[in-house]
Amino acid sequence: MVYSEQVLDHYNNPRNVGSLDKNDPQVGTGLVGAPECGDVMRLQIRIGASGAIKEACFKTFGCGSAIASSSLATDWIKGKTVDEALKIRNSDIVRELNLPPVKIHCSVLAEDAIRAAINDYLEKSRKAHS
Amino acid sequence: MKLPIYLDHHATTPVDRRVLERMLPYFTEDFGNAASRSHSLGWRAEEAVEWARSQVADLIGASPKEIIFTSGATEANNLALLGAAEMYREKGDHIITQVTEHKAVLDTAKRLQQLGYRLTFLPVDPHGRVDPDDLRKALDRRTLLVSIMFANNEVGTLQPIADLARTAREQGALFHSDAAQAPALVPIDVEAMGIDLLSLSAHKAYGPKGIGALYVRRKNPRVRLAPQMFGGGHERGMRSGTLPVPGLVGFGTACEIAAAERDTDARRLHDLARRLHDGIRDRLDEVYLNGHPTERLPNNLNLSFAYVEGEALMMGMTDIAVSSGSACSSASLEPSYVLKALGVGDDLAHTSIRFGLGRSTTREEIDYAAGRVTEIVLRLRELSPLYEMAKQGMDLKKISWKSG
Repeated sequence: MVYSEQVLDHYNNPRNVGSLDKNDPQVGTGLVGAPECGDVMRLQIRIGASGAIKEACFKTFGCGSAIASSSLATDWIKGKTVDEALKIRNSDIVRELNLPPVKIHCSVLAEDAIRAAINDYLEKSRKAHS
Repeated sequence: MKLPIYLDHHATTPVDRRVLERMLPYFTEDFGNAASRSHSLGWRAEEAVEWARSQVADLIGASPKEIIFTSGATEANNLALLGAAEMYREKGDHIITQVTEHKAVLDTAKRLQQLGYRLTFLPVDPHGRVDPDDLRKALDRRTLLVSIMFANNEVGTLQPIADLARTAREQGALFHSDAAQAPALVPIDVEAMGIDLLSLSAHKAYGPKGIGALYVRRKNPRVRLAPQMFGGGHERGMRSGTLPVPGLVGFGTACEIAAAERDTDARRLHDLARRLHDGIRDRLDEVYLNGHPTERLPNNLNLSFAYVEGEALMMGMTDIAVSSGSACSSASLEPSYVLKALGVGDDLAHTSIRFGLGRSTTREEIDYAAGRVTEIVLRLRELSPLYEMAKQGMDLKKISWKSG
């Protein structure tokens, strides 16, 4: 497999690797994929007082393209509002990372991870306010 | 030390310099057609081919007349299965093989299935071995051929060939073995082992690509095959086509060297493979060996590095040439069917790396490789949510994964 420069860059210098306390009410956690499929992404966000995504981090089990997709996703959503973050499409990731067709599923998973993290946060705050 | 370090000798081997040197004159000076009977160039070519044939035969305990040259082990496997099935159609319609065979056998077997033959695919145990009892139960009066590989190309498992061959013969079935991976590393004796058909490949044994052979037993019993390639009637009519003389000289030389150096090579590679294994497991937890602990090719080490995906691992060590059973590294997006057949879960199959050592592998290279692998696995585990979850005591099997 020949990797694009962008994928290699994220693989060699992944952005925002880490974990947040998943029990924190301001934190949303998305865990998508499955070990049997060779891809698991965990993407976490912390929502600040302004309602924007203050912090984002990830850990990924998967190929270089999966690591790059989730690394890029965390970079992109930082500072965005939840609504803005939900507008990110997997095709944006494919374009930015120059992913070949066999790796498109990595970008789909990254989009799923963003949604899952945001949904988790929204669910939590709904419960807290009910 | 030259980079990248080549640890993918199951895929192919470099041509040994001694092999190349013996081949060269047959391209430009002694370029004759071995089938030309009318002049000395043809005679010299024929002499070279017959010399090569006897080297190949000697390596496996056969007689030269029993060696049919082919374009490689794939063609040899095709000829063995298709040729025997067609020739013995009257005698039977049943063929037995097993699940971890190379695709050259599996896909040929499936072709025969489409043509109306009955196929049995035997299972393997968690180490990758076929149980001779399973074979005994699968055999019936209409079984014409049993095909079981000598050594597996992914996990290196050696099959109990002599036992399996004896079992097949007791029922009157022919026994074929794909030995593409074996001859430069383990002894093969077609007589002592009771093998009727054996596929060989030159490029897996420091010879050139595009050259192979099928051993076809001539007595007790005399095996006949329906040809699958027609033309000038070369190779006793079983495989027409002008013989590639330089390649055959290379194959013969490779076999001559293997006969002389195999045992020393095998011991050295076995020690180096163990050194690599120790160097890795001393520094990393949750590394699992795939295949048989002892009955395996001495140059093979197939490891699963839990929680780290194989292709990501290879991406981090571009200075080491290896291969992976991970889906991401194959076009099919399915993890290795061989690991699956051994009962290795898909989760661990995705984390597997195959190391294949070879004649040129040095201790320095092995130590470097062990260090690099360790470094990358540690780095990727830092990045792995699965490793973190497992270290926190979570049972990953109990999580309901939402696959993407």
